[in-house]
Amino acid sequence: MSYEDYAVVMKGIVKRFPSVLANDHVDLFVKKGEIHAIVGENGAGKSTLMNQLYGLLKPDEGEIYIFGKKVDLKGPKDAIANGIGMVHQHFMLVDNLTVAENVVLGSETTKSGFLFDLNEARKKVKELSEKYGLLVDVDAKIEDIPVGMQQRVEILKTLYRGAEILIFDEPTAVLTPQETEELFDVMRRLKEAGKTMIFISHKLNEVMEISDNITVMRLGKVTANLKTSETNEVEIARAMVGREVVLRIEKPPHKPKEVVFETEDLWVKDNRGLDAVKGVSLKVRAGEIVGIAGVAGNGQTELVEAITGLRKIEKGKITLLGQDATGYDPRRLRDMGVAHIPEDRLKHGLIVQYPAYYNMILGQQWWYPYSNRGFLNHQVIYETTKKLFEEYDVRPRDINMFGGNFSGGNQQKLVVAREINAKPKFMVVAQPTRGLDVGAIEFIHKTLLKMREQDVAILLISMELEEIFSLSDRILVMYEGEIMGEVRPEETTVEEVGLMMAGKKLEEVRS
Amino acid sequence: MRVSALPRFWAFIVPIVSVVVALLIASVIIIMIGKSPIEAYTILLKGAFGSSSAIANTIVKTTPLILTGLAVGFGFRAGVFNIGAEGQMVMGALMATLVAINLGSVPPFIAITITLLVGMLAGAGWAAIAGYLKAKTGAHEVVTTIMLNWIATYLSSYMVQVPLAVGSGTPKSPEIAPSTKLPELLTVGAINMNAGIIVSIIAAILLYIILEKTTMGYEVKAAGFNPYAAEYGGISLSKNITMSMAISGALAGLAGAIELTGVHYRFLGTLSGGKGFDGISIALIGQNNPIGIIFAALLMGALRTGSNEMQFAGIPKHIVMIIQGIVIFLVAADRIVRTSMIIMDKKERIAQETKRFVKRAVILSIIIIVSMFLSKEGLWSFLGKFGYYVGKVFWVIELVSLLSLMIVVALYIISAVISLGMVYSRRKKVKS
Repeated sequence: MSYEDYAVVMKGIVKRFPSVLANDHVDLFVKKGEIHAIVGENGAGKSTLMNQLYGLLKPDEGEIYIFGKKVDLKGPKDAIANGIGMVHQHFMLVDNLTVAENVVLGSETTKSGFLFDLNEARKKVKELSEKYGLLVDVDAKIEDIPVGMQQRVEILKTLYRGAEILIFDEPTAVLTPQETEELFDVMRRLKEAGKTMIFISHKLNEVMEISDNITVMRLGKVTANLKTSETNEVEIARAMVGREVVLRIEKPPHKPKEVVFETEDLWVKDNRGLDAVKGVSLKVRAGEIVGIAGVAGNGQTELVEAITGLRKIEKGKITLLGQDATGYDPRRLRDMGVAHIPEDRLKHGLIVQYPAYYNMILGQQWWYPYSNRGFLNHQVIYETTKKLFEEYDVRPRDINMFGGNFSGGNQQKLVVAREINAKPKFMVVAQPTRGLDVGAIEFIHKTLLKMREQDVAILLISMELEEIFSLSDRILVMYEGEIMGEVRPEETTVEEVGLMMAGKKLEEVRS
Repeated sequence: MRVSALPRFWAFIVPIVSVVVALLIASVIIIMIGKSPIEAYTILLKGAFGSSSAIANTIVKTTPLILTGLAVGFGFRAGVFNIGAEGQMVMGALMATLVAINLGSVPPFIAITITLLVGMLAGAGWAAIAGYLKAKTGAHEVVTTIMLNWIATYLSSYMVQVPLAVGSGTPKSPEIAPSTKLPELLTVGAINMNAGIIVSIIAAILLYIILEKTTMGYEVKAAGFNPYAAEYGGISLSKNITMSMAISGALAGLAGAIELTGVHYRFLGTLSGGKGFDGISIALIGQNNPIGIIFAALLMGALRTGSNEMQFAGIPKHIVMIIQGIVIFLVAADRIVRTSMIIMDKKERIAQETKRFVKRAVILSIIIIVSMFLSKEGLWSFLGKFGYYVGKVFWVIELVSLLSLMIVVALYIISAVISLGMVYSRRKKVKS
């Protein structure tokens, strides 16, 4: 059989890791010049598959054909030589070099053999960016340009190295809706120029918008090959999780009660000593979810850390349950009924070297009955963990397993279970579903709504607009440390919020 | 960050394998200097445990090593690198001396308790300086404890040369009051085995309980593993650092006080003699586990005592340093041991690995036999002086392959044992 018409053919790929079969006889056919989406839950094996295509991993079994030719990829160098480029989710750029320098880095043109020829590099990058309509300022430093432009630099890098096949690894995760649209325009232009693209994503609406064909993966296997024009989101979701999923969650009406948490003119600095939160005032009532929307890096992290006692408050006031709680440390706040689902579960939420049962009491370890006169009550801890594992369906049901050995979704369930088990009055929830699959997202959303019905005050910080829209009673949009405006989800649109996320105040947007 | 999915007993496997491999490597060196490794190790063992005086001597050497090992190991668990056990030990001994020479009229039990407590407090205070500096200003404890070591060293040598000096010769303090001397458990000839060993073992057990059973231990370890998550979990990092350093220093100070009240009976400038630094290697070998540290300290103590005997038998005692060095290297670079272990949990794996093992063993044996023959003296004499070197080259090849064969066999056996253990523990888990 000939694979002449295909840009990429991966046949019968098997990749084993010590504890899992990451790819189980996966077949992938990507036609020349198409945008091919790969969707699947976390741990479905998408990244493993792409890492094999990019030469980072070697398949245990199976064959790879590029433009009909069988290849043996020993490393990314081979992949690049075969015209494969990868746009990583986390950009591989040097912050204090210019765009042009970054693009040519590693394959610089030289003058008289050894001198770096910056002018030649600038010229080439300019030509390339004009050819594909990738607008960049070749002389700007990476640290000074917005995320969307940094991503275009990444794309330019692959093109500069002669890529014909581009792999996009969850490229929209860090973008505003407007930037996402711009990226899609770029992808369409690249398609016109004859490039082939593989697009990995969780977001079904984006997959529907941009792709030509879709490969759905589940537990290391391909469960569906679909033509985008002949399918819909529900069908894809079903293939992804093996059952029907309610994508839009029902939010029952619920009347908020008294104000539980309040900040007044809060100022917080980031790690570099610059103002990250600039005078934020907000209120959260019992039985209400307040969502904070915004592009990552606009002060949300610092705001959360200040509220939960992890970061110093420079100016302003925090009131909790009618009491001044400015500058309280995390222990005191937890004793007062604050729970916190952190945005980075590996950094803050878990101790990967601790077994699950110890992780289940983190932040509560001094509470009775876990601790009794300074001694840990292991029996109670085991039983609580077992109970919560059942209740929150944490898998595998092994309470002795180290925190770091659970999959991302199950780690998150563990953290959520722990924080809810603390019976909080006020809960700070940051990025609760980052990197999770559809099934787990649904579960966590339902859990948060249940908390709302039990009159817990919830502050939700998320980069996912859909999440903000479907859960929040009120939405605040944050940009460069300031609140751009407050809207109600039923009275606004994604476009309106998107414009605020890009730095426009509500008044400006509505006028 | 991925944590190894290997079972818990793995922590003990690495040091044991390291010791075995170190002994094998050292035996090749012993062969190369023309001695028999079996004889050397027999003498070493006899020197360390062969008689009651040897045992007493080993235990006396082990006692302070347990405590400094615990000091450093506890620091590691809490995420602080206490290089200053040396200085803390000196300060503990020095302050204990100042008190102990004046406690003549106090009954022994109280006098000893006071002396040891003063030693612990002095060590704790000395270490807490570094802890406080780290918590308040972020000054790294490695730098500050090294600086404090020097201060302690010079302060103590001033003390024994000026204010406390007695007699001539080695600078020393006056002898401590008889009531403050630790009771002797055993006296063999010139060697007094004091009750310090009991104190050290109690300290190890207490530390184990603190680390594994208490909320404080939970918090200390949490801060050591992941300071961010610890802070998130309501654990004050600055408090934790200062406290961990103080506990660590208290243990080192206790080591100093026991050396004073159980061995030397007076403060000497050279009292610690590097035992504080030995604590680092002991903590490493003992995998920072209090019980493991007891055994690691015993290993070091035994090697030191036994090495003297070896020296008498004409085998350089520095062999012991080589063994020590290799053990520490292998434990520190435990990935080497980890990757050379093969988990044979399936029938195909067993067959595959056994085949590979047999192949390697056969090839190595052939090389050994051939090179043994080729290295025979006089075989190359027709080449003149050059022939001598050719013979030597084959001799080296023979030794290296012998060593490799021994390592291959040892690794295979150990791998098989581990695999059996894993399969067994897995079955048990499935049943429960």
